[in-house]
Amino acid sequence: MTVLVTGASGMLGRTVAEHLLAGGSPVRCFQRRPSGIDGVEELLGSIGDAGAVTAAVQGCDAVIHLAAKVSFTGTPAEFDRTNVEGTRLLLDAAQDAGATDVVYVSSPSVAHDGTSLVGAPAGPAEPEYARGHYARTKAAAELLALARSTPEFRVAAVRPHIVWGPGDTQLVERVIERARRGRLPLLDGGTALIDTTYVDNAASAIVACLHRMQAAQGQAFVVTNGEPRPIAELLDGICRSGGVQPPAWSVPGALARSAGAVIERAWLALGRAEEPPMTRFLAEQLSTAHWFDQRHTRAVLDWQPSVSIEEGLERLAAHYRG
Amino acid sequence: MVALPGVDPSWSTYIDVPSSSAADAPGTSHRWHYLDNGLGRDGTGSAKGTLLCVHGNPTWSYLWRSYLAAGLEAGWRVIAVDQLDMGYSERTGAFRRLEHRITDLEDFVGAVGLPGPVVTVGHDWGGVVSLGYANRNRDDLAGVILTNTAIHQNPDRPIPAPLRLALAPGVHGLGTRTSTAFLDVTLSLARPALDRDVRRAFRDPYRTAAARQGIANFVSDIPADASHPSYGALTTTAEGIRSLDVPVLMMWGPHDPIFSDPYLEDLARRMPHADIHRFERAGHLVQEDADTASTAMEWLGIRSIGVAGSETVRDSARQDVQQDPRRSFQQDTAYLPLGARIPELAAGSAGTTTAVAELTAAGTRTLSWRELDDDIRAVAGGLTALGVGAGSRVSLLVPPGVDLTVLIYACLRIGAVIVVADAGLGARGLSRAVKGSAPDVVIGIERALLAARAFGWPGRRISVAPLSPARRTALRVEASLNDLRAARPTDPPAAAPDADADAAILFTSGSTGPAKGVVYTHRQLSAMRDAVETTLGLGPGAALVAGFAPFALLGPALGATSVTPDMDVTAPGTLTAQALADAAAAIDATVVFASPAALRNVLATSADVTAPGRAALGRISLLLSAGAPVPVPLLDALQDLVPSAVLHTPYGMTESLLVADIDLTGIHAAAAASGLEGAGNGVCVGRPVPGARAAVSPLDGTGAATGEPTTAPGVTGEILVDAPHVKDRYFRLWRTQQESSRTPPWHRTGDVGHFDAEGRLWVEGRLGHVVTAAGGVLTPVGLEQALEELDGVHLAAVVGVGPVGTQAVVAVLQTETAGRRPRLADPPLAAAARAAARDRGVDLAAILAVPALPVDIRHNAKIDRTRVAAWSSRFLSGGRAGSL
Repeated sequence: MTVLVTGASGMLGRTVAEHLLAGGSPVRCFQRRPSGIDGVEELLGSIGDAGAVTAAVQGCDAVIHLAAKVSFTGTPAEFDRTNVEGTRLLLDAAQDAGATDVVYVSSPSVAHDGTSLVGAPAGPAEPEYARGHYARTKAAAELLALARSTPEFRVAAVRPHIVWGPGDTQLVERVIERARRGRLPLLDGGTALIDTTYVDNAASAIVACLHRMQAAQGQAFVVTNGEPRPIAELLDGICRSGGVQPPAWSVPGALARSAGAVIERAWLALGRAEEPPMTRFLAEQLSTAHWFDQRHTRAVLDWQPSVSIEEGLERLAAHYRG
Repeated sequence: MVALPGVDPSWSTYIDVPSSSAADAPGTSHRWHYLDNGLGRDGTGSAKGTLLCVHGNPTWSYLWRSYLAAGLEAGWRVIAVDQLDMGYSERTGAFRRLEHRITDLEDFVGAVGLPGPVVTVGHDWGGVVSLGYANRNRDDLAGVILTNTAIHQNPDRPIPAPLRLALAPGVHGLGTRTSTAFLDVTLSLARPALDRDVRRAFRDPYRTAAARQGIANFVSDIPADASHPSYGALTTTAEGIRSLDVPVLMMWGPHDPIFSDPYLEDLARRMPHADIHRFERAGHLVQEDADTASTAMEWLGIRSIGVAGSETVRDSARQDVQQDPRRSFQQDTAYLPLGARIPELAAGSAGTTTAVAELTAAGTRTLSWRELDDDIRAVAGGLTALGVGAGSRVSLLVPPGVDLTVLIYACLRIGAVIVVADAGLGARGLSRAVKGSAPDVVIGIERALLAARAFGWPGRRISVAPLSPARRTALRVEASLNDLRAARPTDPPAAAPDADADAAILFTSGSTGPAKGVVYTHRQLSAMRDAVETTLGLGPGAALVAGFAPFALLGPALGATSVTPDMDVTAPGTLTAQALADAAAAIDATVVFASPAALRNVLATSADVTAPGRAALGRISLLLSAGAPVPVPLLDALQDLVPSAVLHTPYGMTESLLVADIDLTGIHAAAAASGLEGAGNGVCVGRPVPGARAAVSPLDGTGAATGEPTTAPGVTGEILVDAPHVKDRYFRLWRTQQESSRTPPWHRTGDVGHFDAEGRLWVEGRLGHVVTAAGGVLTPVGLEQALEELDGVHLAAVVGVGPVGTQAVVAVLQTETAGRRPRLADPPLAAAARAAARDRGVDLAAILAVPALPVDIRHNAKIDRTRVAAWSSRFLSGGRAGSL
């Protein structure tokens, strides 16, 4: 079974490709920059380019779709083009090419309205309540993807929550970098309990989903390590693995949330290209509980995480020790 | 009617009903509004019968919406009327008195044509109307359900102050009709407060003064005395219901400024076969405050009321109240009254030896067996002379010692029911317990009598100590204990009470929710004595230091000499080693009963004991500690203080004082049996005592104990016990009693645990504290013990946060170094705790360090894990958690 992986230049896409290869599947990767993964067929191109997408899916039996615009900055239209239209293009092309299975890699933020989530089920994607353009467009894309699912053309969504691991530029390196500069506060003492996903677990869950499409099609699954931890403890572990001092100061979450909203607007108004130091979404993520009920996911995908948080942190430390 | 929360619009119905009431001219017809769940109305499904619900003042049929919904589920047609001039029924313009309202209800029933059998359901003054109907319409009547109502006003007592106010000239019309004050005050009685929408729904039919005329008239129709026009109708009903032979359920919210416990007590005496459940936290609007609807449906089922079964119930309703026929221990076993040994010993050669002694700062007081027997007889006679007798409830608010011993055995001798609540409940908890037990007589020390006045406890009052005349008047005290002794009644002594009549109501410690009254019969109390005697080998000749109340009171029953040490009984932690030694020396004691908290202080003060004190302690051959788990290191340390003693830690609860027993040697042996199937994970409490059986009802994945009773090793479940000395029932907690006895003949203890392969029982915590993680259910005690072995950890609580079945497991540690504020544990401690949990297959989501965990007042040991869990849940959600 040949599998197309879009967005394989990121940490998760690369790991998914590696897991597929290890399982004996031929893998084709499709993204704008070279992935550098050994043993895969590589096609370069943009997810918004119909011709390139059509070429990419030719001869593939299944598709794992990770390519997305994840940054904070950008116009709403840019998010829509890549995340919604790109997904639509890919689904059309895959179906035309005779592929039978699509796993859409989504995010729990598609169903997150900013309130705390405690042992929560996956919940339906709600673009109108999502926080920010990324979550909004991922939600819209997930809805349209799942709506396409039939027994002949099966689509499922996997939503890994806060993926981290060696080589992660989204979370790990930012945390370490900020802590190094003494610019990483805890919000409300960092006591909110949150779920995270070590990258290999997210990848193995996505691959497991591909093997369980008969049961999984039409559904969305939140995937986590199933080990919720206080945010302060996670940040502490990441910082120690990266060889920097963990944060020792705390600011009230409510203050950070409103400050985040102000900074967000200012950043956009100023047209700054880099990520702002704090956003409302980030402040919410860092100050409210969000952890999930994993029973349904584990039962349907017939999957268990294989790397605990503790082991993941050891691997992270080994990575930074070089 | 507009759309209202909780009401299916199709339930709302109107009907024109010809009136036969004397309030109306002949030929008058009135338009009634009522709610009808319609079950079986159009041949759709078949109903078991009809619940006829009657609201009071100033509510309307909306009050019964939960009954209409619950009835659909349970197969009952439910019809809730709006009384005339109330709710959406017609404003008739006539003043409708009680007699008219009963006739109105009959007219309504006649017009609607209720399919029988009928169960009347009433609240407030609707309770009176519904009882009036029930009393006059017995053919179809299958049951009566009452909630916060009253049928009789004791002419010797004033009517409740709020009603006096509502009736006062100048207040009445203004409060009830002109303004919505009466309406608003009534609605404000809900605990917790009503939702806005619900409040609006209750107010909706009463928007104008004209619409409120019925409210005003209802208040005017309260017969405050015999001259009132409705007094006759009320009295006819009040007397008539004495002969009602259908099952009765009374559900009460005690926080009611009007229909308080004395009115419940009055109704209970008129219908002694009634099942009663007091929802301890609820108030006047008990339907809003508690789930009375499902309780009512459950009751209808258990009492087999309705089509198919109503006949059999009628005959047995009055008989099966006191005794559950399913109990495995039959009544024909030999029975020796609890106090029987006292006159025997008094008459024998040991008559002049010490029976009871009491050490106080003022000195030592002792009674020989003869003196004790004489004093009991004198006090019993005095109580009889006051009119206290079989079935009277006597609340004893007297600290352990000679007087309490005399009072207990005097009451039991004349068949009065003793009510014993621990001052450790705190003023408020104690007051709740006393009020709820509706005592006929309160006998107390002066402090208790002051509380009786301050909290308005019911019952006549007797002082233990002699009081000055002014003090007596101020505290409404009728007599002192000495007055009772001096009464010398001419009547012959009361006949021995029936073995299966109620003998005692003992209150639980209330460490998990409001204290519950536990009822024992005379036979069960005697069985308790026999269990202690057989298990511990205590009988005549033994001498014991009574530092722990429930067991201590059994001394005279066992024929053993007993002494109360000098301590503040409300705080067991005040018992010093020297006080214990002095008490032991006073009677040459061989046995000590004490709570873990007391023993902790004994150990802490052991350096100060004098040489003679040490010698007295050296003669102790048996030391018992019960009431809360006793840590093994504490027992090991105590062994040095009482080197000759065997240390026992019996396991039991207020509902069954002895379930299992083990000694320190046995505890060490159990701890060493690590390879044995089922050994470990919890506190080993030994094997069931002679005469008792224990089993567990296994837990399912949601933490509910649904499995068939088993003693298979290693299977965790709710601990069940069956013994002749298990309680008879809970007092006025019908639903709680049902729950605890739902698997006859077992009493369900609410504790969880398991057996090992050698038949020892291991206690793992409380059923309500079971954590349901995604990986399976987890009981707290085993992991807590492991965490308490970590450096710097004094006490540990393991709780779950999040939804049932996928909870995150949290350890809350009371540490030496915790600051004033709770926080996440330091990384080294968190890592150690996680490793300890992982060894037991548990993933700890968070480890919190706190300066103190909430523990019970009585034992200072039982952690309130429910509170810890709620707090942890807030703490780990981000934002403010408040204090623990």
